[in-house]
Amino acid sequence: MNSPAQKPDGVKLEVRGLRKSFASQEVLQGLDFTVQPGEIFVIMGPSGSGKSVLLKHLIGLEAPDAGEILVNGESIMTPEIAAKYRMALVFQSGALLNSLTVGENVGLYLTEHRLKPPAEIERIVREKLADVRLSEAIHKMPGELSGGMKKRAAIARALVIEPQLILYDEPTSELDPLSSVVIGQEIWNLNQNTRVTSLVVTHDRDLAFGVADRIAVMDGGQILTIGTPEAVKAFPDARVQTFLNADFKREPRFKNI
Amino acid sequence: MFDNIGQMVLLFWRTLGALPLAWRQRQKVFEQFFEIGNASLLMVCMLSFFIGGVLSLQTGPALVERGLPSAVGGIVGLAVARELAPVMMAILIAGRIGSAMAAEIGSMRVYQEIDALRTMNINPIHYLVLPRLVAIALALPMLVVLAILIGWFGGATVAEINHHMAIPFAVFFGDLRSMVELKDVANGVFKTFCFAIIIGTVSCHQGMATIGGPRGIGRSVTKAVVNSIILIVMFDYILTRLLLH
Ligand SMILES: Nc1ncnc2c1ncn2[C@@H]1O[C@H](COP(=O)(O)OP(=O)(O)OP(=O)(O)O)[C@@H](O)[C@H]1O
Ligand SMILES: [Mg+2]
Repeated sequence: MNSPAQKPDGVKLEVRGLRKSFASQEVLQGLDFTVQPGEIFVIMGPSGSGKSVLLKHLIGLEAPDAGEILVNGESIMTPEIAAKYRMALVFQSGALLNSLTVGENVGLYLTEHRLKPPAEIERIVREKLADVRLSEAIHKMPGELSGGMKKRAAIARALVIEPQLILYDEPTSELDPLSSVVIGQEIWNLNQNTRVTSLVVTHDRDLAFGVADRIAVMDGGQILTIGTPEAVKAFPDARVQTFLNADFKREPRFKNI
Repeated sequence: MFDNIGQMVLLFWRTLGALPLAWRQRQKVFEQFFEIGNASLLMVCMLSFFIGGVLSLQTGPALVERGLPSAVGGIVGLAVARELAPVMMAILIAGRIGSAMAAEIGSMRVYQEIDALRTMNINPIHYLVLPRLVAIALALPMLVVLAILIGWFGGATVAEINHHMAIPFAVFFGDLRSMVELKDVANGVFKTFCFAIIIGTVSCHQGMATIGGPRGIGRSVTKAVVNSIILIVMFDYILTRLLLH
């Protein structure tokens, strides 16, 4: 998978027996999977199946009730790990800071940690915004952006971190088909150029089957199957097939339209 | 409210630990500082003028009737410097600035902006709480010094123009100077500094602890203001008692 010339930068991610309950509801019911360095791993599943909760665990925003998460074999619960590996999460809602401009949001990581001089930061911000086709919005406030533009700004903000593991929560929801293709292309390019380990949570079947090295299908806090796109497509479980082939034209009341 | 006290103390303690970083965050401290000034300067001036005035009006005629006109300046001077300016301004600022802090941080919490900061390894205490706490701890004592001066001026004005008293300006301030020591003003300002820390800590804590949507933010704002005011009045008694000797 890796061409020998490229230094594999991505990290290996292992999830073992991950469980989490909120009140009486068990949202994650024992998840096990491994994402190889440099892989694009896609998680699909219906709304409410616990995908966003899973991502929050992976980035350390939530602590599991049971199980562990390992990055390159080290538990992410140890405090130094966050500083050791660069990880980024693109939030489902974007989660831009509303009091900062788009440009300031994108450069925030570098400015706050004082990693680069201001002129250099400005250059990087413009470059990353251009990557997601958002150059004209650099001085706008997040409140002035559409949902899709926010999502793209959030992706630019994640790219600035130069992550070794990047988690995308529904990167193409709220995007028009053309922008979706651009984002899919961007996820793919970034992965090819930097070998960043990429974990994409999505409902978007075109995106999933377009970029994935492997796909996991989740429902009700459990993983139903993991495999290559071909294997998942052929997986004989009814829930997986209904999810993958759901098509509104088959519903009786749409039949005569 | 009291189940949160432990968390608030912890938040304050952590912020205190981050204090050496305040210089690095000076840009944000200044922003907050000027925001506080902008939002409250005019209100502070008006409120303190009338507080001094009404105090003069309430005490003056009774004292003059009993042949103690020279006590008016001292009483108004002491009451304003030691009690009324610090407490009233702290309550005003709790309503004006504490509510804004809780709302801003609360909405950042609800809309996952704080989670986003944490994923970027940016400590929300350093980024959000520290600048606000430092700014209010600097701004509120300054506002209170101003409030004390304007309060005295209001008291003197009323004492002169009210025909039951008709105490000239110079006499009022002469009496005031003979009764009020620098120590009294310093006590008032010190209390204010403590109130500022209460407002900042309570409001930032409420903001950080916000759960739920817009309603959660509303709840946090109300709690921030009410809890601040309760703690201000309680600590006012405790601090006054401690500073008495
Ligand atoms: N902080 C929380 N407290 C309580 N329950 C929560 C919390 N976060 C998530 N849940 C619950 O966990 C379940 C899974 O939520 P999650 O957001 O992970 O779904 P999802 O798979 O991302 O769905 P979608 O595709 O719609 O984004 C939901 O039933 C939700 O109500
Ligand atoms: Mg989700």
